[in-house]
Amino acid sequence: MTIQLTIDGEVVTTTEGTPLVEVAAANGTYVPTLCHHPGSPCLGTCRVCAVRVNGAIAASCSLGARDGMVVEVNTPELRDLRRTIVEMLFVEGVHNCPSCEKSGRCQLQAVALDMRLEGARFPYRYPDREAEHDAARIWLERDRCIFCQRCVEFVRDRETGKKIFSISRRGERARIELDVELADAMPPEQVAEAVDLCPVGAILAKGVGYDVPIGQRRYEAWSLRNRVLGRRPS
Amino acid sequence: MVRKIVIDPVTRIEGHGKVVVHLDDDNQVTDARLHVVEFRGYEKLVQGHPYWEAPVLLQRICGICFVSHHLAGAKAIDAMVGAGTSAHPIPVAAEKMRRLGHYAQMLQSHATAYFYLVVPEMLFGMDAAPEQRNVLGLLEADPALVTRVVRLRKWGQEILQTVFGKRMHGVSAVPGGVQKGLSVAERDRFLHGDDTVPSMAQVIEYAQDGLAVFHDFHAAHRDEVDTFAVVPALSMSLVGEDGNVDYYTGRLRVVDADRRVVEDFATQDYLAHMAEAVEPWSYLKFPFLRALGREAGSVRVGTLARLNVTQTLSTPMAAEAAQQFHDYTRGRANMMTLHSNWARAIEIVHAAELIEQLLNDPDLLSEDLRVDPGPDAWTGEGVGVVEAPRGTLLHHYRADRDGAMTFANLIVATTQNNEVLNRTVRAVAQEQLSGRVEITEGMMNAIEVGLRAYDPCLSCATHALGQMPLVVTVLDAAGRVVAERVR
Repeated sequence: MTIQLTIDGEVVTTTEGTPLVEVAAANGTYVPTLCHHPGSPCLGTCRVCAVRVNGAIAASCSLGARDGMVVEVNTPELRDLRRTIVEMLFVEGVHNCPSCEKSGRCQLQAVALDMRLEGARFPYRYPDREAEHDAARIWLERDRCIFCQRCVEFVRDRETGKKIFSISRRGERARIELDVELADAMPPEQVAEAVDLCPVGAILAKGVGYDVPIGQRRYEAWSLRNRVLGRRPS
Repeated sequence: MVRKIVIDPVTRIEGHGKVVVHLDDDNQVTDARLHVVEFRGYEKLVQGHPYWEAPVLLQRICGICFVSHHLAGAKAIDAMVGAGTSAHPIPVAAEKMRRLGHYAQMLQSHATAYFYLVVPEMLFGMDAAPEQRNVLGLLEADPALVTRVVRLRKWGQEILQTVFGKRMHGVSAVPGGVQKGLSVAERDRFLHGDDTVPSMAQVIEYAQDGLAVFHDFHAAHRDEVDTFAVVPALSMSLVGEDGNVDYYTGRLRVVDADRRVVEDFATQDYLAHMAEAVEPWSYLKFPFLRALGREAGSVRVGTLARLNVTQTLSTPMAAEAAQQFHDYTRGRANMMTLHSNWARAIEIVHAAELIEQLLNDPDLLSEDLRVDPGPDAWTGEGVGVVEAPRGTLLHHYRADRDGAMTFANLIVATTQNNEVLNRTVRAVAQEQLSGRVEITEGMMNAIEVGLRAYDPCLSCATHALGQMPLVVTVLDAAGRVVAERVR
């Protein structure tokens, strides 16, 4: 059903139930996301897409459009809120962009650069996280994981549908696990897809990094903001 | 009353360190040391990282010779994956792309060290006011020269950007090759120049400025240049199959004062031939040849050492300049510290000529850029050695079967030169300070001039994090500061 709502004061028309983050993008308003994967079920884990809906803060990926909604995206308060979440993601992990092979194609880095984030206001926690590298072709670098859970939900064994990535432990000790047997059965293109799906440098293909020259990497060739808004580079 | 002089920090070098000179009651120098006071950490920091990230992470040790670190690391990981063997050779174009980046860095690094850090003393003298003897003073005195140097460096930097994607800390090398080749348009830009960069022919012309400046200075100050800190040491360099210097690959060769070969060994055997001593007063180790012991077996690396080891250089103008260099000491090894700058000027020309050869080489345009030896070729260990602008640079890595780094050992040029740097400090202190009641700014600067001839990089040598300066102090027997320079 076609409905109407306002985004930052502008009336827009959309189909009821469409995730707000996608409604915003379709109408030229960029909202940063990390866990949201267009076309896939909502995860709602990262909260980077926080907006205000009818006066309350909400994750715009997890909320479907309803008639008459009043959505605020680009207020100073909301920008700062989203920036705060990104800063917390940086300080909770070990994100060494200068040497990380995902640099230039890392969604977290692209979101931060778009926000002109140059440092965090919080102390870095330098967590001691163990890498998982028993699999033949996949390296799980937990230092860089933001726990978006894309891999957990969307990377599955092609024959059985079983999850290849899973979550163990609880609370701040929670971490992603890799089923080495299933991982070793992944065809190379699925490994590449998993690397691509990871919004940070947590899932790496062994020995493959740095295969795209600087300047031609994903978000250098076409910025994240313009990708989201569907504006192709000229 | 014994006095101690401290120069802290030593300036116009890379990194943080200080020089301490001890004087006795008669103002005679009793000891002089270069203390390197940075802390190291990269060898530990890289452990646990994926092996293919090591050359990218470890190049961050230095903002000047990052290409050398990147390539030494690249050669180490080639060996780890089993590439670079007769069964899995590195593609010719890949090696030439690496060499192109290497020579471009040599050109711009030497140009920076020589023209910006060393030439001011040549033009204005060691006693000139500090506010004059720097690159700004140089700009005022000879704007045409500085303009040419800026264009020369820019050309080198633009090549680095083309090869590595960035002017600093880019990426080119991947296990078994490089990620990107050179296009015809890119090649032609550097050969023919455009609105933003000079042509190859102009670069060759600019590259000769350094030699002209040195020869003019040398002609006018021959005694000063030739007698300043004559420091005996063995000379070491990477050499190719013909026994002449190869900046990218080969064996390590050490020659004595008569330029006779005293050691010649494969780079991967370095541990059998070299050991490192430590001193409580410096973070910088003291490498030496095991067979000769620390006193006799300390080596000099870098521009002077390379010219001492090599019989000739492979490009015409540089070969002629090298011949003149060798003739000056009648074929014996050159131990004159300030002749490092002569050798550096020769290598600026050589680097430009080597780049010209490469840009005219059709191999460079090949799209065969990487070999994949497959999992069965994995060795898990590699030693990569290159001749960095400041001298022999060694990266030694080990990783476990899963590819996690378990070990890294980095021996950089300034570390190799540590003993010789200390000998140079002592020599200059003896020459300049012994018997003098009053310690002048010029005398203190002379010690820095001696160090600067090696273009030392203390950041590299200790793999330090952050930017730190260097200090010189003079103290008496009671520990009182009688002279000090702090930047």
